[in-house]
Amino acid sequence: MSAAEDVVTEAPAVEAVPKRAMTLGTGTSLLVLAVLLIVPMFVKNFIIFQMTMLLIYGLAVLALNILTGGSGQFSLGQSAFYAVGAYTSAVLMEYFNVNYALTIPVSAAVCFAFGYLFGKPALRLSGVYLALATFALATAMPQLLKLNFLEHWTGGVQGLVVTKPDAPFGLPMSQDTWLYYFSLAVVLAIYIFSVNLLRSRSGRAFMAIRDNEIAASSMGVNVALYKTLAFGVSAGITGVAGSLGAIAVQFVAPDSYTITLAISLFLGMVVGGVGWLPGSFVGAAFIIFVPNMAEGISKGLSGAVFGVLLFAVIYLVPHGARQIAIMGQQLVGRLRKN
Amino acid sequence: MELFTNQVLAGIATGAIYACMALAVVMIYQAIDHLNFAQGEMAMFSTFISWQLMQWGIPYWAAFVITLALSFVGGIAIERILFKPLAKAPVLTNVAGFIALFAIINSSAGLIWDFTIKQYPTPFGSSPFLGSQLISTHQAGMIGVTVLLLLGLYFFFQYTKIGLAMRAAASVPESARLVGINTSWMIALGWGMASAIGAIAGMLIAPVVFLEPNMMGGVLIYGFAAAVLGGLTSPFGAVVGGFLVGVFENLAGTYIPGVGNELKLPIALALIISVLVVKPAGLFGRQIVKRV
Repeated sequence: MSAAEDVVTEAPAVEAVPKRAMTLGTGTSLLVLAVLLIVPMFVKNFIIFQMTMLLIYGLAVLALNILTGGSGQFSLGQSAFYAVGAYTSAVLMEYFNVNYALTIPVSAAVCFAFGYLFGKPALRLSGVYLALATFALATAMPQLLKLNFLEHWTGGVQGLVVTKPDAPFGLPMSQDTWLYYFSLAVVLAIYIFSVNLLRSRSGRAFMAIRDNEIAASSMGVNVALYKTLAFGVSAGITGVAGSLGAIAVQFVAPDSYTITLAISLFLGMVVGGVGWLPGSFVGAAFIIFVPNMAEGISKGLSGAVFGVLLFAVIYLVPHGARQIAIMGQQLVGRLRKN
Repeated sequence: MELFTNQVLAGIATGAIYACMALAVVMIYQAIDHLNFAQGEMAMFSTFISWQLMQWGIPYWAAFVITLALSFVGGIAIERILFKPLAKAPVLTNVAGFIALFAIINSSAGLIWDFTIKQYPTPFGSSPFLGSQLISTHQAGMIGVTVLLLLGLYFFFQYTKIGLAMRAAASVPESARLVGINTSWMIALGWGMASAIGAIAGMLIAPVVFLEPNMMGGVLIYGFAAAVLGGLTSPFGAVVGGFLVGVFENLAGTYIPGVGNELKLPIALALIISVLVVKPAGLFGRQIVKRV
């Protein structure tokens, strides 16, 4: 009938991978992790900053991936959760002098509650209707942050400036580098959590709901509970990304969290491959670097160049980076056989 | 009471814009089962073409007809070239395609006609309609055109062979193919018609919001909301939805304190969502029965 319902039925099932391929995957992950750990020691601060943003957007895309790829619910409202996370951290740090690291679990909890509560009425909606509801949330959020009676806390249109934390224990590294490693640790922890979540009983319940709601409920899955839970978890993770983003950018303002952000995150998910968690970071790279590249190719036509590049990607690999990964895996498998 | 009537009238006048757009949205949804995010940009581009034709000295109605024809062909071309290859791709990939199309059209229009705001003529004049200060003749004309369009579509879908074939292709593609309907071309036809209806909407809206590449952003959101409220399966519902959204929005802005212009949209959307929670298929939509 509609967009997300088709997702529910058509979302590519996670393929069973042979044991050897698993080790290939693990090997690649470890290699990527090593690169992520070592590279910042040799590059400029600006590149480190961009890598931090890559991790943060990757985390936000990952959160959407759990919601859409995992439980089959479509959301255009991720920017709202991101904004709530960012503002929670900013307000706690600036008005209550809370340590930045402590604000992160707080935003996770606040956003989880927010997402869980939002998921309740959203239960009645699916497909385009859910898309519209989440879209409404995304358009409302910047306006809500500008409201007069919140202005005392949010700083209204002007936003809030956030102080960047120094490296602790007198470690000899710049603020950017420290923040990078801090984000990397948080992202890694959440990544491992998410992978395990999707492999757990709850994760299987999400996927059962995605593939067939009626069948899932007849097997005893509490559909309402797991659907709202998926919203909560996704919002919580997005909130953490928002917090890290606020600390990294050192600034929060209502107009940084418009629907454009939600659309970018959505594009990131599609480019990375729906339902494939490592793809989230590939998608994040796409939404951070490709617009810049497009601007570099042609200033006046940057939007058109971006659109053409996006078309090129979805023509070549309609299933996103995941498709490339699967092709790579098969290639390696064939090479090994020879 | 007078304030109330006036606000309702003003709401109906803006609602006509949304109704027009919603009609285009429903058309394409019928044909391809997706919401086309680039619909507003396509309409904007058509409107710019008509503006350009008028700049070259072609009279309004001639430009109108030429633009409709070009938009129809353009819509079919977009489907054939860009979206037919994606027919088998996942739904979310298609949505990404719409976003890409949005970016391409918006940016090209900006490059060709730049981002300055342009006046756009109206064929109906802009004097007060029947002595009312709230509805101008243009807005009355717009309501008239929307209603005519709706009637035309109704007859097309109910009483012509092609209309019947399009309905069949949209609701049960496989069976439609078995009785010899070329479903692939029906989809292209749906794109063409949606594009032409969008062009009409754009040309009617442009005198009100002025012509510029971003003119459709806000309108499309309301158009979607109207279409979803009325039920995506019903063109009649889309038009009613359009008027309702216009009236909602105006009344919320007038009667709820502290709302003002900025919160109008979120409140209208929140209201629509509350309606949907009670009636998930929209006010006039067909309840879809799913096979288990």
